[in-house]
Amino acid sequence: MSVPPSPKIDRRAVVTAAAVAAAGMPSMSGAQAAGSKGSVAVSLTVNGEHRRLDFDSRVTLLDALREHLHLTGTKKGCDHGHCGACTVLVNGIRINACLSLAAMHEGDEITTVEGLGRSDALHPMQAAFIEHDAFQCGYCTPGQICSAVAVLAEVAAGVPSHATGDLTAPMMLDNGELRERMSGNICRCGAYSNIADAVADVAGRP
Amino acid sequence: MQPFTYERAASIEAAVATVASRPGARFIAGGTNLLDLMKVQIETPAHLVDIRHLPLRAIEDLPDGGLRLGALATNTEVAAHLRVKRDYGILARAIMAGATGQLRNKATTAGNLLQRNRCPYFYETNLPCNKRRPGSGCSALGGVTRSLAVVGTSSHCIASNPGDMAVALRVLDAAVETMRPDGSRRRIPIGDFHRLPGDRPEIEHPLEPGELVTAVTLPRPLGGTHHYHKVRDRASYAFAIVSIAVVLQEDGTGRVAFGGVAPRPWRVEEAEALLPDGAAAVVGTAFQGATPTPENAFKIPLAERTLKLVLSEGRA
Repeated sequence: MSVPPSPKIDRRAVVTAAAVAAAGMPSMSGAQAAGSKGSVAVSLTVNGEHRRLDFDSRVTLLDALREHLHLTGTKKGCDHGHCGACTVLVNGIRINACLSLAAMHEGDEITTVEGLGRSDALHPMQAAFIEHDAFQCGYCTPGQICSAVAVLAEVAAGVPSHATGDLTAPMMLDNGELRERMSGNICRCGAYSNIADAVADVAGRP
Repeated sequence: MQPFTYERAASIEAAVATVASRPGARFIAGGTNLLDLMKVQIETPAHLVDIRHLPLRAIEDLPDGGLRLGALATNTEVAAHLRVKRDYGILARAIMAGATGQLRNKATTAGNLLQRNRCPYFYETNLPCNKRRPGSGCSALGGVTRSLAVVGTSSHCIASNPGDMAVALRVLDAAVETMRPDGSRRRIPIGDFHRLPGDRPEIEHPLEPGELVTAVTLPRPLGGTHHYHKVRDRASYAFAIVSIAVVLQEDGTGRVAFGGVAPRPWRVEEAEALLPDGAAAVVGTAFQGATPTPENAFKIPLAERTLKLVLSEGRA
């Protein structure tokens, strides 16, 4: 039995359409009200590209990246800052994109997992995650990688952690430090040992 | 989230004037707590005034040897500051015991002080809560209370202050600097900043509508050894069941405040005067008049054991 060719609809388009349908009529008045009185314009740089966006004031940085710019590498897990799946770099600093209004990033430089490397030229942290098999389902991985890249910069900048002994001594990234510093990134599959190995591998390079 | 309008503040004065005069207007800086609460519609501001770019981020030496932390300095910036690490270790350690790297990079000094409580009934919008809906009642009384306060509570609210940073600031005798809508400035001692619930649990601090925290100042360093010990259900990224901030001097005297046990950082000066006599004496006095529930009474002996541990480390 032959399968008729399906129209080119990807899973994402279906999910989006379903979500819009599910939102239904009651939310429309709210959305329109916000559109008329709560729209915001913002100019920012995302992965080296200048972008100018106009959107509802309620749009988070995470939703701006995923729904407006279609950069779906950054994931939405809890949407409340608990899981770290949405971790991105803003001017080199890691934050939870879900707990930030996009409107508040005027002039900022955003780096998502798509901006760290390319498939033919991976960032060393991306390559280390593959080498150490540091993921299973992969949903938390973009956040883990962005977070890990920033952790190395934080250690170099002398940012202490809860695991730091002497606050004024040079920072070391041992396993205890690494796990504490990565505690804002949850991995439901439990790939923590391999994630720690991958980060330690990159951290240990000269 | 409920719809709201948004503006970037042009100046400190303009931000204060707008929030004071416009109904439903709120400041937003880090936003990690405010946005979280807006998503569940516990907070429903009609207008947000973004103050993130105002010149309130510097960390500066004070002429008397103290330090001024700009209200917008992030938690990470404060904890990583060379003088904080060297002279106010208790503050760096308390900040690093809270939240995650991502959140500390965004959360500000003033926002951390003003964060709302984490009582599960405050978050459960289908149930009464005197903080969320004044006069509606307290669902925590007679409910699940293990994480909640044991002292300083009232029959209207038993939520605990969730902060770590504030506990260290209380030990350091910090002061909160503000600007009021009329342009005047004032200085509020940290001990007067977080209010006990009494019969008005919705009033959590003495700030007037539109009054903006501009800085937190630290008196000159206390010396001694600095300790912050946090007991929690996970090794990282969890609120305190009990936390203890201690500055201990060589002669056995010192200062101590407790977190996770009261509606504000809990420091009792008569109790800390007993530090040379040991943990039991300090905790016995600090928790006089406590009204724990059967579920959270364990916090008092836990506080004593934790203080005993800190004292043995500090004197080793």
